[in-house]
Amino acid sequence: MSAAERAAEVARQVRDPEMPMLTLADLGVLRDVEVRGGEEVVVSITPTYTGCPAMATMRDDLVHRLRAAGFDRVEVRIVLDPPWTSDWITERGRAALREAGLSAPGPAPRRTGPIPLTLGPARSAPACPRCGSAATRLTSEFGATACKALYRCTGCQEPFEHVKEI
Amino acid sequence: MNDEYAGDSSQWAFGTGFEDPLAGVDTTVPPGVDPAELAAYCLMLGDDALVMAQRLSEWCSRAPDLEEDIALANMALDLLGQARLLLSRAAAADPGVVPALPEGSPVPAEDALAFFRDAERFRNVRLAEVENGDFAHVVVRLLLFSVARLALLERLRASPDQVLAAVAAKGVKEITYHRDWAGRWFLTLAQGTEESRRRLEAALDALWPYQAELVAPHTGFGVDPATLRDEVDVVLDQVLAVSGVERPDRPPLSGTGRDGAHTAALASLLAEMQVVARAHPSGRW
Repeated sequence: MSAAERAAEVARQVRDPEMPMLTLADLGVLRDVEVRGGEEVVVSITPTYTGCPAMATMRDDLVHRLRAAGFDRVEVRIVLDPPWTSDWITERGRAALREAGLSAPGPAPRRTGPIPLTLGPARSAPACPRCGSAATRLTSEFGATACKALYRCTGCQEPFEHVKEI
Repeated sequence: MNDEYAGDSSQWAFGTGFEDPLAGVDTTVPPGVDPAELAAYCLMLGDDALVMAQRLSEWCSRAPDLEEDIALANMALDLLGQARLLLSRAAAADPGVVPALPEGSPVPAEDALAFFRDAERFRNVRLAEVENGDFAHVVVRLLLFSVARLALLERLRASPDQVLAAVAAKGVKEITYHRDWAGRWFLTLAQGTEESRRRLEAALDALWPYQAELVAPHTGFGVDPATLRDEVDVVLDQVLAVSGVERPDRPPLSGTGRDGAHTAALASLLAEMQVVARAHPSGRW
């Protein structure tokens, strides 16, 4: 395995600090891993939300894991463009979310023209990840992390978290 | 900080190094753009976000229920993130905007701008700085703020400055949620009880004179907020119509925070926000 492949493999295994069922690769946050001159690793990550407080931890985790794998020089870069979209969460990531009792995002809205104000009940409600019921209600579009909304299933009565479409 | 640990960043959850929110991002000012004008524009939008984030943070543990407490904290965090990028962008474009600190100070530019400027050097609109009131007050404040900010960021996605364009593109996704949250609560309070409606109308009446500042003309680099007036009015009128609330008949306040003319509320907000950083100008955080 080349140094580039090995570095990419290590980086791909680093998990999201707030949703540890997902790797940074499955979340779509890990954008690129490059090895320069056979020894310096340059990792590019993108924030899910602008204020995501987990970015520093992600950076540290990447640096520590790559150093432990023998790469002494690691640089972590931020990529802002194109902006992260929930569409980048991989199939494996979506399965991991469901496994952990979270609802995976549907397709992100594709808009042209001015963004409409949504005063009524929000976008189509996701099915309950526990019982599969479609009878769910939005509790809040803001949850324990920036990327999640809170729902309640009126079938099994359980609350659940839904990763927002952005 | 105890020197014993200074050499080993693994002791610290976030490491000891400066966390640059623009690490690795190309911050070259594009040809034809005046760096000072770009910096002034980013400061204006960054200060709006920073001061608004601080006011929203003051709601922590005070909202009517846990979900709304979390919602307000989330919106504060989004805006703080936007502020960090915009202040960093301003500093990278024109280092002259960053207050001078003692030589060897480890304070990064975004922190120097946030913590070491006095009120008259802040460029935020006064709507962001006025004291918090009741829940209706924060709903109205967020509605007025996010309607204008979303319209502006939507346009700025096409900015010739690629950093600003990228910040805007991310911000649009975030502020869309803020605007929906505020619009829904506006409607809920308008159609709730007599008391919730009374409070909503009182908050709207009190904050309306600050609204015009959000769409006041700005010359130089960037999208002129004054060109967004019609668009902003359409959205506000939509919310007012659905809620059955009259547009207040209140004239705009004179002066503008964009020129550093602030209310006394900003000085006390900053005193609290800046006190620790100023007490330890050589501190590492």
